[in-house]
Amino acid sequence: MSAPATDISIKLARQEGWNRPPVIEPDGEGELLELAMGPHHPSTHGVFRMDVALDGERVIRLKPVFGYLHRNHEKIAEGTSYLASMPYTDRLDYFCSLTNNWAYALAVEKLVGQAVPERAEYMRVILAELTRIQNHASSIGFLLQEMGASGTPLMYAFREREKILDLFEGLTGSRMMCNYMRFGGCRVDASAAWLDATRKVVAGIPEFVDEFEQFLRTNEILMARTQGMGILRPELAVNAGVTGPMLRASGVNYDIRKVDHYGIYDRFKFRVPLGDHWDIYDRYMVRMLEIRESIGILEQALKEIPGGPVMDSKAKIRGFRPKPGEAYGRIEAPKGELGFYLISDGSPNPYRYRVRPPSLINLTVLEDMCLGHNVADVVLIFGSVDIVLGEVDR
Amino acid sequence: MKTVEEIKAAIEAAVPGAGVEILQNPGPSGQHSLVLRPERAVQVATFLRDDPELALDYLSNVTGVDWPDKEIVEKVKVTCQVVKTVDGVEQTVDETVEETRKRVELGHLEAVYHLYSMEKKHGPVVFRMRTANRTDKVELPSLTPIWRAAEFQEREIFDLYGIVFNGHPDLRRILMWDGFKDHPMRRDYVEPDDFEYEPTAHDEVLARAQAHKIATGAPVAPEGAGQ
Repeated sequence: MSAPATDISIKLARQEGWNRPPVIEPDGEGELLELAMGPHHPSTHGVFRMDVALDGERVIRLKPVFGYLHRNHEKIAEGTSYLASMPYTDRLDYFCSLTNNWAYALAVEKLVGQAVPERAEYMRVILAELTRIQNHASSIGFLLQEMGASGTPLMYAFREREKILDLFEGLTGSRMMCNYMRFGGCRVDASAAWLDATRKVVAGIPEFVDEFEQFLRTNEILMARTQGMGILRPELAVNAGVTGPMLRASGVNYDIRKVDHYGIYDRFKFRVPLGDHWDIYDRYMVRMLEIRESIGILEQALKEIPGGPVMDSKAKIRGFRPKPGEAYGRIEAPKGELGFYLISDGSPNPYRYRVRPPSLINLTVLEDMCLGHNVADVVLIFGSVDIVLGEVDR
Repeated sequence: MKTVEEIKAAIEAAVPGAGVEILQNPGPSGQHSLVLRPERAVQVATFLRDDPELALDYLSNVTGVDWPDKEIVEKVKVTCQVVKTVDGVEQTVDETVEETRKRVELGHLEAVYHLYSMEKKHGPVVFRMRTANRTDKVELPSLTPIWRAAEFQEREIFDLYGIVFNGHPDLRRILMWDGFKDHPMRRDYVEPDDFEYEPTAHDEVLARAQAHKIATGAPVAPEGAGQ
């Protein structure tokens, strides 16, 4: 099966309801079993529920149920000042707090027209790519875990992740809740020793990736269970707003780092991996290849990083009141497009603060991908979406 | 990428009676938006998606905004005739008085859509639709049949803001539970005071709980419980 990778246009012949999940008829033997997978289930990566209707082993309906972790992040942010929400963005996708920080800082910088110094831009790229590496490595570890390879492969990924988290801790003081970026730069500068330590960690990652990729590329069980499973057609992926590695595994060439060139991404050479079978295996291979591309970006950034301040001298910390207006800023977070939409009415608090969560929107197509598969494969298909419930429910 | 003015002209040429207005964004981001009339929104959205030049095939973000009723206080100068005694003679004199007048500007709920094109790699195009008021006329057409990406996001707006999207295939609450009554993202939302009694060290919370129990006639927790 080869994908028309470039033809993702919307000009396909469409009938009414082409983008809805298909209706699958039960085979008429026996009764349907309605099953709630979750909210407490080891495969749901948190408190998430899938209400599935099973005909034997086959899934014929699937409804995701959200909200178990809902704390109305947006309402809380509208009741406090702009900067006070920065540490709270860490708790959205708690695997990738630094990219969350960046997305929020970028949206506010758009809102007020704030410049960011060169060194801070480099720091942001370095931290975002380290975040991407540890997120993708963990998500592949979870895949292997869910396939029954209990413990060991996930610990391989976590061992590597721990090295990166140590770097985060050395720089920001916290492993996961980094709260590092500010409107107009970064909170603290990195020492030369920290940059050296980062270079050392980055130099060790390719070896780990080579080893880790063996599990994916040559394991027969893994291939049997992931290839041809959970296919997501590119036109549906685009229509359903799927972003990130999920979208690129469906063969759509759309990486916001390449499209928007936010920050300084136009200076780095990297390729965008695409899938052409649109299945779970492709999703994980795309993540694997993205780790390799991220290593390339890191090497360039660590070589070129200039000296200078990490905070713009004109940036306002106290009495921060953007002029009335609105802005939508987005970045390519490890899980997809993370956007922040802000409306200012001139007061110290945002009038409207909205998070566009990639994890939630990527789940739109979960039912479409799972229908007709066995219930054991639902766990894998769901895992291949790569979500964090802190961001789904907010 | 076309400017909002060009997009407005293109829409009006393709969809007669679209009645699109431009809402200028005063901020430095330069993201101006189009205000669509709800009754034409489905045709306009289909045009935006299917037009070969715009090709806005990707709906990124959908969100609600609440603009509550505003009480506007104005000071108006009014001239009226007053009978006054000037120099011992009663006369009718024109006098200008400053009067404070209040009027209520009806608020509305708004749904904001951010579109991009994956084919042409441009964007964003922002458009919004407004409800007639915030109480009984809160219906807007759903754009989920055009962009599936709106499915969960429109459900979220329905849940948190209370906009009813006509034509949505599965409009239910998404984050709050089914029995929940209000719409918590509205700006005039008041948290209910019906939490359970819970031992806590915060005097303020205890006092509120106590007041609530007395008001509703529920049994009051004994003095010093939970300390």
